[in-house]
Amino acid sequence: MKHVIYRNLTSNILRLGLILLLTFSTTVLAQDGDPAKGKTLFNTHCAACHKLDKAMTGPALRNVEARLSEDEGLDRDWLYAWIKNNSALINAGDAYANKIKDYDASAMNSFSFLSNEDIDNVLAYTAFVPEPTPGGGDDTPIVVPEPGISNEIILGALALLFALLAMALVLVNRTLKRFADAKGIAVAESEKGIPIWKAFVQNQFLVLVTSIALLLASGYFVYGYFMQVGVDQGYEPVQPIHYSHRIHAGDNKIDCKYCHSSARVSKTSGIPSLNVCMNCHKTISEVAPETLAEGQEYGVDYNAEIQKLYDAVGWDGRAYTGETSPVKWIRIHNLPDFAYFNHSQHVSVAGIECQTCHGPVEEMEIMYQHAPLTMGWCINCHRETNVKVKDNAYYTKIHEQLSKKYGVEQLTAAQMGGLECGKCHY
Amino acid sequence: MSSNKKYWKSVEELNENSPIVETLQQNEFVEAIPTDEFLGDKETLESSSTTRRDFLKYVGFSTAAASLAACEGPVVKSIPYVVQPKEIVPGVANYYATTIADGYDFASVLVKTREGRPIKIENNNLAKTNGHANARVNASILGLYDSLRVKGPMKGDTAISWDTFNTDTKKILNEVGDKEIVFLTQTLASPSTSKLVGEFTEKYGNVRHVSYDAVSESAALDAFQAKYGKRALANYDFSKAMTIVSVGADFLGDWQGGGFDSAYANKRIPDHGKMSRHIQFESNMSLTGANADKRVPMKPSEQRLALAKLYSYVTGNGVSGNLPENLDKAVRAAASELKKAGSNGVVVTGIQDVNAQTVVLELNEALSSKAFDTTTTINTKQGNDKAVMQLVADMKAGKVGALVMVGVNPMYTLPNAADFAEGLKKTKSIAFSMKQDETAINCDYIAAAPHYLESWGDVEIKTGHYALMQPTIRPLFDTKQFQDVLLTWTDNATAYNDYIKATWKESILNGASYNQALHDGVFVSGSSTVEETTTTSDTEDVETPNGNAARALASSAKSSGMELSIYTKTGLGDGQQANNPWLQEFPDPITRTSWDNYLTISKADADAAGLVNENVANGGLNGSKVDVTVNGVTVKDVPVLIQPGQAKGSVGLSLGYGRTSGLKTEMQTGVNAYPLYQNFNAVQEVSISKAAGEHEFACVQLHNTLMGRGDIIKETTLEVFNTKDKKYWNAIPEVSLNHIETPVTSPDVDLWDEFDRSVGHHFNLSIDLNACTGCGACVIACHAENNVPVVGKSEMRRSRDMHWLRIDRYYSSEDTFSDDLEKKENISGLGSSLSEFGEMENPNENPQVVFQPVMCQHCNHAPCETVCPVAATAHGRQGQNHMAYNRCVGTRYCANNCPYKVRRFNWFLYSQNDEFDYFMNDDLGRMVLNPDVTVRSRGVMEKCSFCIQKTQKTILDAKRDGREVKDGEFQTACSAACGSGAMIFGDVNDKESEVAKLKEDDRMYHLLEYVGTKPNVFYHTKVRNTKEA
Repeated sequence: MKHVIYRNLTSNILRLGLILLLTFSTTVLAQDGDPAKGKTLFNTHCAACHKLDKAMTGPALRNVEARLSEDEGLDRDWLYAWIKNNSALINAGDAYANKIKDYDASAMNSFSFLSNEDIDNVLAYTAFVPEPTPGGGDDTPIVVPEPGISNEIILGALALLFALLAMALVLVNRTLKRFADAKGIAVAESEKGIPIWKAFVQNQFLVLVTSIALLLASGYFVYGYFMQVGVDQGYEPVQPIHYSHRIHAGDNKIDCKYCHSSARVSKTSGIPSLNVCMNCHKTISEVAPETLAEGQEYGVDYNAEIQKLYDAVGWDGRAYTGETSPVKWIRIHNLPDFAYFNHSQHVSVAGIECQTCHGPVEEMEIMYQHAPLTMGWCINCHRETNVKVKDNAYYTKIHEQLSKKYGVEQLTAAQMGGLECGKCHY
Repeated sequence: MSSNKKYWKSVEELNENSPIVETLQQNEFVEAIPTDEFLGDKETLESSSTTRRDFLKYVGFSTAAASLAACEGPVVKSIPYVVQPKEIVPGVANYYATTIADGYDFASVLVKTREGRPIKIENNNLAKTNGHANARVNASILGLYDSLRVKGPMKGDTAISWDTFNTDTKKILNEVGDKEIVFLTQTLASPSTSKLVGEFTEKYGNVRHVSYDAVSESAALDAFQAKYGKRALANYDFSKAMTIVSVGADFLGDWQGGGFDSAYANKRIPDHGKMSRHIQFESNMSLTGANADKRVPMKPSEQRLALAKLYSYVTGNGVSGNLPENLDKAVRAAASELKKAGSNGVVVTGIQDVNAQTVVLELNEALSSKAFDTTTTINTKQGNDKAVMQLVADMKAGKVGALVMVGVNPMYTLPNAADFAEGLKKTKSIAFSMKQDETAINCDYIAAAPHYLESWGDVEIKTGHYALMQPTIRPLFDTKQFQDVLLTWTDNATAYNDYIKATWKESILNGASYNQALHDGVFVSGSSTVEETTTTSDTEDVETPNGNAARALASSAKSSGMELSIYTKTGLGDGQQANNPWLQEFPDPITRTSWDNYLTISKADADAAGLVNENVANGGLNGSKVDVTVNGVTVKDVPVLIQPGQAKGSVGLSLGYGRTSGLKTEMQTGVNAYPLYQNFNAVQEVSISKAAGEHEFACVQLHNTLMGRGDIIKETTLEVFNTKDKKYWNAIPEVSLNHIETPVTSPDVDLWDEFDRSVGHHFNLSIDLNACTGCGACVIACHAENNVPVVGKSEMRRSRDMHWLRIDRYYSSEDTFSDDLEKKENISGLGSSLSEFGEMENPNENPQVVFQPVMCQHCNHAPCETVCPVAATAHGRQGQNHMAYNRCVGTRYCANNCPYKVRRFNWFLYSQNDEFDYFMNDDLGRMVLNPDVTVRSRGVMEKCSFCIQKTQKTILDAKRDGREVKDGEFQTACSAACGSGAMIFGDVNDKESEVAKLKEDDRMYHLLEYVGTKPNVFYHTKVRNTKEA
């Protein structure tokens, strides 16, 4: 939890800083466009194909206006025309437009809905050079104080208090003794009894009780040890690609079932095939600088990880090479073969959140096994969970009959027969 | 007080000076113990760098290391697709319609695939015309994953590339000179291939195409061709026949391509008091004979005469020759029944003789039989014996320049394989084969052929009934189908699937959608009205049969000594699937023997020849061996099985066994009967001489008769069924409660409390003993669906078979089962019971036969559940008796307490175990496993689960769609595979369902009802139409 707050705070501050910076610099630098607005527009309409510094489906766009006017002698009007309706420009026989029209197999979209002012803003953004200002720069780490008084301090203070108390007691004792000595009162010497261990050995009843207690305790621990054999709760293997559920499911709020689509219809949730990754990562080849900075915390370079995906799927940045090498993920949730589990039953029919079993996936940098996946765990849930019978014609009749039989309105999975051996073991 | 007694231990001690006594006093043993022998000699020990202490260190270290390593769980990898095909969702099955056409079996099927790999064959219910998938078709999927398949093209023994193959073969084809190019193929019945062969002929000239069926129907084809001018087979629709007379035709088996059983079973279920009547004249006990209402055993030579006589009695044209009186009477009776039935009657024959076949065609015309169809002919048998023989002669004469073989194995199947081998040496030969079989290894080139599940193709199974074959998986190996190579040879760049599409659009579809046809797997062209008008016009201008054929047939019927009928078994058929462990382990429906073929002989003949069958101490069946000689060709050491119902003076031997090449050693079972199949005649005159030694059978049924136990199989006759009350022929057993007879179904006499089973689903399986023909498709379907292991011959012999579903076959001891019952009732007194019960163990020489599929009965009051010490088997609310393998500790109490003996114990680990080298022992074979069903391990009990994985899936699908389950959606593997409608599965709490109605039927009874187990499987009393019309 701590990390999450910290991260949100960091990114918020970073974001704020950037916006502030952009707002201020606008007034100073660009008279004919607002880079802050331009950035929003760029991200909305252009970023799918363009980056500032890297050629993608479209060419890199940093200082595109300057480049065009220097190299080709084209002014902003040409850019208006090109951006708003490039095919018209090509058809009109514009020389440079025809030259660049085959840059990529896919033609550029028409952005007729952008006003000239919008385009100005975008161009301002492309021409914008952020000044390395202290406190607002991308790489400057921001130290945020820990919220509130930490537990360590409280504990330390307490320990100090106890130490002081103990010292006070010792001092009082010593003073009292000194008084007694001075007054000549003899402090009654406590009688030398038999040592406690001897007394213990002599008391056979105590020995018996203790050994029974010891045996029971060790039995308890041995049982506990054996019961966890084969239970892989918390299993968090290193994966061939450092895939962060935190970024995808947490920050970006991508629905689980967007990637794990077969969970809706199949017994397996399915590890997404790489073409699903490429739906987004065709255009997202690099993460935002702030995300990259976060990665350092985990000792990972997200951009390098995306590169691993490209290598696996055979994407050279602009086209598929056809040379693929499937990713060998390490399986985390692995039920034994004799246990049948069906995702679609739980996800589509019962409408159970993925997190119920898989834990706070949106906070997991690296996926781990949240639940023990033991039979007792399954059974408990089946005992406690009510079946979602509403608006499902399949359940209408059986719900009516069973609720009459058991005299309840809500039926648990167990009452529906969800504890029978053969429902999961066949 | 001490005693002076001296105790002595050996006489030697009496001798004072004995050195032995001396030595023994000093040493324990007389001689030094030869420690060197087991410790190794000292020198070697000393010279070794590993001392004893080192050795112990190593042992200790490796044990510790191994146990440490075992503490860590294995790392399991999951590898997703790079690009996932749109139609594949991992964990969800896809179905594709395709067609099997392996030259012997032709059927439209539905293939279930999981993650892109086919795992099961199912019936294509859209394709009603081609029958249902039989046991072999169901098992054919395993052929795809056969580890002994040819993995790429070969030249002799060396692997070559397809480029080399194409260049080489093209050169061969271009250099034949004035010699012929011959295609020797299985029956293809493929319009596109015919067209391709035509194009090939145009390009190369001098091409001959010879079709060859290993098991010939040439006589029937010749007869049909002579009469109707078309080389095909008449079609029979037994659902339109009320009186069926068959002379030696095993039409429920493989007769004329098979696939008649669905229609036959249709009329076997009494409906409004009516069912068909079936009379069978035959020598071997066939599946068809076992289902007949009246079966008359007669030698093959007598069958000829009987058919001729039947003809004469029906048409009035007299024929000469005399049958024994009792047979003549039976033939006369059959003839009168046929005449009475008129157009509702039909006659079929399996006698491989042009005259016999002609007689049948004439008879059916004379009857104007409704079941007889000469328009929609069967095209799946096209083999021409004469052409094949001519080819062998031409090859020997060196007239053939190049021989291309497709789907045939003449070196194994030809009676004169030696001649063929000689001819093969004089020609260049190319074999399109999936295996390095007997023929392929003798060819110059082996063109690795794909399995039908990897191929494109089309078949015209019956006139106007077209079927499409489409690949359901990418070729597993570097294979190419014949048609693709033909395209290469004709320099045609089209892919074969495009070629088919073009051909279909051009000449078959007539504007219909190709994609729809591909989706359905079938396309029926033309309208049925056209067919019917032609049928009627046919019957109108019937030419008066002159009876020549019948007379010729009668005169050809010469009785000889011992006559051999060569037949094919339900399991292996013509033998091309001999490397299929499912089929090898499949018990023959009649003999219940697996992993073998054998000479079937009547009890009387066996006794006369001193041949025996006996059960030995471990329960296994042993039989004598004989040498069988036909025209100087001898097949040695043929095991003998005494077959009730075998006509005296005749013996039977099945084809398909005794293969040696291209299959695992375990599968090389039985003897090859093809050398006896001389001139493609299934009937031969034989001499038999006893050979030394005994053969060990793997027979799964030791008790052959019912012993009058009418609670197992209830039977009645149509007459009784129609006239008498249910109580008379299907009484519920009663027990005495306070001296009042109470039905066992009453809760008063029940040991247990009844649960409320009215809520939710309650599954029941209905099995109609009238409709069940014993075909065994369900057995194989269950194998495939439930990952049932194959245990091998020696385990089968020990009764350790793992079949979840068995089809029990019972013989009657008297002439009929009702006579058995009567005899049992009349037994009284010790003397009588001692002798007569013994007698009842022996089957009749022409017994009545019944088949009864038995699987777990899913008893509501299951005896197995109460005895399990670990509660591994428990009852579900939906009526299923669950079996949790992971909970089972293998006490086998449940199996001992099961009255139906349906529980199977895993004596061994059958998967990934070299001792059981069947499909589960290699990666390829394991691809057929159903991922939804656990592969059981050693030491656990298993049994039929009512295909709970299928019912659960159906329920889940309904839940996901938010709808109720429709009737007919619930299926088990067996009920889905059953083509005859004998098995109906469903929810009896759905009062509208078919199974609920069947449960209320008068014929319904439970197996061993008096035990009070309240099973969820119920049977329908068998009704026999015994009344002679």
